[in-house]
Amino acid sequence: MSFGLKVAGALTVVAGVFVASHFTHPPIISIQRGYRGVGDVVLYQAADLEHLRAANRAPAPEPAQDPAGQPASKVYQNVKVLGNVDANEFLRLMAAITNWVSPQQGCTYCHSQENLAYDTSYAKIVARRMLQMTEHINKDWQNHVGITGVTCYTCHRGLPVPTNVWFNAPAPAPHAVGGFAEANQGKNLVSKVAVDSSLPYDPLTTFLEQSNEIRVQSTQALPGADNVSIKGADWTYALMMSMSAGLGVNCNYCHNTRAFRDWDQSPPTRVSAWYGIRLVRDLNNNYLDPLKTVFPANRLGPLGDSPKVQCATCHKGVYKPLFGVSMVKDYPEIGANGPVDLSAPIGSVGDFTAKP
Amino acid sequence: MAMLSFEQKYRVRGGTLIGGDLFDFWVGPFYVGFFGVTTAFFAALGTALIVYGASLGGTGNIWQINISPPDLSYGLALAPLKQGGTWQIITVCAAGAFISWALRQVEICRKLGIGLHVPFAFSFAILAYLTLEVIRPLLLGAWGHGFPYGIIGHLDWVSNVGYQYLHFHYNPAHMLAITFFFTNALALSLHGSLVLSAANPGAGEVVKSAEHENQYYRDVMGWSIGPLGIHRLGMFLAINASFWSAVCMLISGPFWTRGWPEWWSWWLNLPIWAH
Repeated sequence: MSFGLKVAGALTVVAGVFVASHFTHPPIISIQRGYRGVGDVVLYQAADLEHLRAANRAPAPEPAQDPAGQPASKVYQNVKVLGNVDANEFLRLMAAITNWVSPQQGCTYCHSQENLAYDTSYAKIVARRMLQMTEHINKDWQNHVGITGVTCYTCHRGLPVPTNVWFNAPAPAPHAVGGFAEANQGKNLVSKVAVDSSLPYDPLTTFLEQSNEIRVQSTQALPGADNVSIKGADWTYALMMSMSAGLGVNCNYCHNTRAFRDWDQSPPTRVSAWYGIRLVRDLNNNYLDPLKTVFPANRLGPLGDSPKVQCATCHKGVYKPLFGVSMVKDYPEIGANGPVDLSAPIGSVGDFTAKP
Repeated sequence: MAMLSFEQKYRVRGGTLIGGDLFDFWVGPFYVGFFGVTTAFFAALGTALIVYGASLGGTGNIWQINISPPDLSYGLALAPLKQGGTWQIITVCAAGAFISWALRQVEICRKLGIGLHVPFAFSFAILAYLTLEVIRPLLLGAWGHGFPYGIIGHLDWVSNVGYQYLHFHYNPAHMLAITFFFTNALALSLHGSLVLSAANPGAGEVVKSAEHENQYYRDVMGWSIGPLGIHRLGMFLAINASFWSAVCMLISGPFWTRGWPEWWSWWLNLPIWAH
């Protein structure tokens, strides 16, 4: 064997080992979700699932408090959205929010050290709107969140800016090649949101901010009036990949793939997902994007838009956030029947800075 | 059944793997042997069970008849007949029949004094089947991961199992398998059309020889793989197609549970990119 052949053989072995090392290994945990033998199965690598469980534990609730007997608005100044909450419960909630959102930064992430009532930070203004949003989700979107509900922790997980927020992608760079070469169609680059595929890289603006229909499967066997395009399918596919990654599930969690579109053949989880898409659109358009006038420039996207939510923002790779543990049951004041004032003006920085 | 004049000299005793002279005989043109008996046994039992399983299914529609493996909850245990047990026995019968057939091919090769190319190639088809129905379910811990026996049913399984990994075209072994299948089809079509052309000349012309065939490809692309080479190539392509399709299913689940596009992160993370 020639020297060159030996070198080539050795390089092939090294490359083979490198590539092979990127596979995972059994044991595998598989969950059957349909009739036997149909392949409606969700699979997890056991070690993967353990990491996921460790990373998605709900924190212990703050110790319960006896009610003060009077609302926060009577005891504290400048309480805009939580004014009707019992004063002791209000303090308990503030302590919880600090742990949920800014455990490193503490109270002063939102509040003035000089006077907690001052509106000196944009974060406090945003927090008011976020409390209204939380209440809105728990009250009006039970067809998605059920009675499990959400809290600040569902998204924030101890970080002032939650992971998996997103911004509108800038328009593709102008056509660099020209002629018959394909122009940049917003795809064929690495799509981070669509699990590193070459599918469109910003399906979220199209489907989770705008309300474009997610319908790409023809209902006819032969060409006819039902014109659906492969290009359209690419965009939907990218969105679905982002949902899949966000929930840590495969296509089969919501679809029987023999007929993706057919509700009669789909598992009921698809209904939750349908409402989830509408929920996210509602939040992005009515709660998050309007805050772009409140956020400082370093919190905004390249096009000056607010950070927005997608499935992964709450779910964090789990089919139910925090594996379905309800935290809101320990904080009923932000739950479905909480007294948060959904329409209270949230104010703006500098509104309330006078000493009492 | 009448025997062809030259056939007598190939009907030689011996070469059996098991059973000695006991089953070393022919029925008409068919060699029996020990493995012919076991093939017939497994095939008959398996077919009877398929008919029984089909009769339980409530449909006589050939497309919709479906015999499903057990629920995943049975794991690697035996299931009651009507809960996937028929599927389990049919699978045993199928494996028994396929392997017996390959071993019978080996015995015939030994009788004829030829190489084992035919059983070797056929064993890759068996490997693909066993990978799907036995090896992969074993690695995943439940017989319920096998595909069902039914025309539409197994297609539904293929579809759903593909989408378990979001985008199966990113499966590296699937890429190889597909490439080999398509190349195999291309090679077979080139070869088949060449043979038909040589064997069916115009009216009044004689059948053309292998040298004509070689000359055709030398004229078309400057080179001919030759009459022996094309069959080696065909075997190489076909075996690789089966082998890599077995691999692409073996790694889907046991060695990768996420979307296949994600597997390629190693490529995206190579230190050769500008960003």
